[in-house]
Amino acid sequence: MDLRLSPEDERFRDEVRAWLETRLGGDFRDLRGTGGPGHEHEVVEGRMAWERELGAAGWIGLGWPAPSGRGASLWRQVIFQEEYARARAPGRLGHIGEHLLGATLAALGTPEQKERFLPPIARGEELWCQGSSEPGAGSDLAGVTTRADLAGDAWAIRGQKIWTSHAHLADYCFVLARTDPAERRHAGLSYLLVPMRQPGVTVRPIRNLTGSAEFCEVFFDGARAARENVVGAPGEGWKVAMATLAFERGASTLGQQIGFASELDAIVAAARARDADRDPEVCRRIADAWIGLRVMRAFALRVLSHGAQGELPPAGLGAKLYWSTWHRRLGELAMDVLGPDAEILRAPPCALAPLQETFLFSRADTIYAGSSEIQRNIIATRALGLPR
Amino acid sequence: MRFAFTDEQEEIRRQVRRAIADGGGVTAARRAMEDGAGIDRALWRRLGTELGLAGLAIPDVHGGAGLGWIEIVAVIEALGADLACVPFLSSACLATAAILEAGTPEQHAALLPAMARGASTATLAWLEASGDPSPDAIEATAHADPDGGFVLRGTKRFVLDGHSADLLLVAVRAEGGAVALHAVPAATPGVRRARLPTMDGTRAQAEIILEDVRVPASSRLGGGGWHPIARAIAKARVALAAEQVGGAQACLDFSVAYAKVRQQFGRPIGSFQAIQHTLADMFVQVETARSIAYHAAWEAEHAPDIEVTSAATAAYCADAFLACAADAIQVHGGIGFTWEHDAQLYFKRARAGRTLLGSTTAHRDTVARSLGLGLARAHTDGTR
Ligand SMILES: Cc1cc2nc3c(=O)[nH]c(=O)nc-3n(C[C@H](O)[C@H](O)[C@H](O)COP(=O)(O)OP(=O)(O)OC[C@H]3O[C@@H](n4cnc5c(N)ncnc54)[C@H](O)[C@@H]3O)c2cc1C
Repeated sequence: MDLRLSPEDERFRDEVRAWLETRLGGDFRDLRGTGGPGHEHEVVEGRMAWERELGAAGWIGLGWPAPSGRGASLWRQVIFQEEYARARAPGRLGHIGEHLLGATLAALGTPEQKERFLPPIARGEELWCQGSSEPGAGSDLAGVTTRADLAGDAWAIRGQKIWTSHAHLADYCFVLARTDPAERRHAGLSYLLVPMRQPGVTVRPIRNLTGSAEFCEVFFDGARAARENVVGAPGEGWKVAMATLAFERGASTLGQQIGFASELDAIVAAARARDADRDPEVCRRIADAWIGLRVMRAFALRVLSHGAQGELPPAGLGAKLYWSTWHRRLGELAMDVLGPDAEILRAPPCALAPLQETFLFSRADTIYAGSSEIQRNIIATRALGLPR
Repeated sequence: MRFAFTDEQEEIRRQVRRAIADGGGVTAARRAMEDGAGIDRALWRRLGTELGLAGLAIPDVHGGAGLGWIEIVAVIEALGADLACVPFLSSACLATAAILEAGTPEQHAALLPAMARGASTATLAWLEASGDPSPDAIEATAHADPDGGFVLRGTKRFVLDGHSADLLLVAVRAEGGAVALHAVPAATPGVRRARLPTMDGTRAQAEIILEDVRVPASSRLGGGGWHPIARAIAKARVALAAEQVGGAQACLDFSVAYAKVRQQFGRPIGSFQAIQHTLADMFVQVETARSIAYHAAWEAEHAPDIEVTSAATAAYCADAFLACAADAIQVHGGIGFTWEHDAQLYFKRARAGRTLLGSTTAHRDTVARSLGLGLARAHTDGTR
């Protein structure tokens, strides 16, 4: 047992920290704390410029294997995430492109696909969205009915996606669609790379319960994707989609407790400022939240040190369920600490203070990327071997 | 960075598991509980003396293995899995840490070799009738004797393995109101002790009455003070937490096994989603608790101050174990509610752990205070 980072990794941390401090002290000063869940509509132009800044410095695609990326270890990816959150750097518009599609392509794409799609992601120029869920296929993703049919050199896509985060900003979408109507369920699906800015694509933002609109309905009506832009073999899209999901739940979330820690700091400050901590019950709940952060940190270190080869160990299956449940409880605690002020908005109709945001947005954490119920199903069957 | 035990540490663990299984596993713990001894002496001979667990954390110059809290945690997790009825927590963890923290080199040399051999066990007598873990609650006294020694008076309660320990480390209020620790052989005239009947029969507690107990000046460990005692208790809390991880894992394991074979409605109950989700929640509790306990073990070896870490770890693991043990009963249905089934032993062990080395509530208050919250700050009482 040795829980120290190597001196090289510590130096890497210093390098990341110094870079962020300089850049966020200069032209990008006003971007600190912007964006992120519930704030995706904020300063989009400025945050796009920030993405390009990150890209130019080589911070995007850290974890992708060379030559597409820098092949950084899981530790360094987490260190970067931690420092990023600590610096309150802006919410990443490029998250889906880098950590979901980019990671998937780097692992499973053809050389041509990598060459075409990874560099613009790494430069912070092209944004992506994820077209998996449909009105009739959420948890049961194998039920997608969007069709893609080969017509000459291109796939023609027809169908509807929903809850597509960033679809209104994205240049591309990775779409899970049925390409073989003779097959059922997990067979006959393909994973297509589809340009968003073309005829035949209609995007309609959906307002979520926080009042902002970050996810959308996407209608495909004969939209095109080049024949070669299928990841994996046609008909083998399920495997690719599962790989993406593993990236979505994996290392890219393991550094996020730093962001959570600053939310907890705000709760501690609020409790002190309003004497809410005279109530021992409130103190104990805050203590519990703090303990939960320690748990997440230790859990992440343990899972990562076992998963340094890329495959996360069975214990890792519990990570998403744990952090999402913790975060939801944190939001509830925040409201109780604020007392009657919890109710008062910054401005009508829905300008939320940060802790109100935490409270409301954390309700989504237990739904996306596999709901808590689905996580429990996965643990039961895969980690515990229980019968279906 | 390596968040795992070494091969050598895993090997010690394997040997411990084998020795416990050879000794009868949980059945042996039940026997020790039911025959009233509250200690499985045969198993302790095997583990403590032959495998060297008694002196695991005792420096080799005093005949111990010279290892530390990482090994303590590795081993005690295995003990907890089978509820081994041995004085490992009380003697090899709590008392050993107290002597190491509080004693002088001469006292180490005088007290530790017999413990390392397994020839003598020790425990810390710290709590009193109030059960309050803070030093303020200590009322037992030590008065200087004209002949140069001390006279101890008072009553200690909830003393872990206090009925069987050979050496009692008694926390008292000394001259000037400071706290001091005295090493008192249990056979000293004036020491009366009685085992307390405990709900968790697998871990004994005792009441110890000190009636004008005369002890030499050399029985006072080091220069006195609460700090070394607090540090020993904090380290023991980390050990207890790891023991609870072992217990929680056992609850999950036997519940999963049962859910796979027990049939109702023509299918294994483990195929019902309600049962699956209960077991999945247990899994998350076990894995998270294990992570924080291992992390705390490393800190116990490397961090200058572990008070908050140990409080956080103790609170989390105690809760996790109780939740798992409670769910284990539920998953078993009627059989889980019987005296005969082991689930009750884990449930009671888990309950006891929540108040053993300070309560989970007190631990949360420690964490809250470290965040600058709470009563220490809210000094007004509302009157103006
Ligand atoms: C903020 C947010 C962002 C999102 N972003 C995207 C995105 O960018 N791209 C994308 O493709 N999707 C996205 N999603 C969609 C998300 O993946 C789905 O909402 C999720 O998979 C659940 O599907 P559903 O909404 O259809 O709910 P349903 O699947 O209908 O689930 C409803 C309820 O039933 C439960 N349930 C379903 N099946 C089972 C089962 N087998 N056992 C037990 N309980 C079950 C669920 O847990 C849930 O509680 C996003 C969702 C949110 C909230």
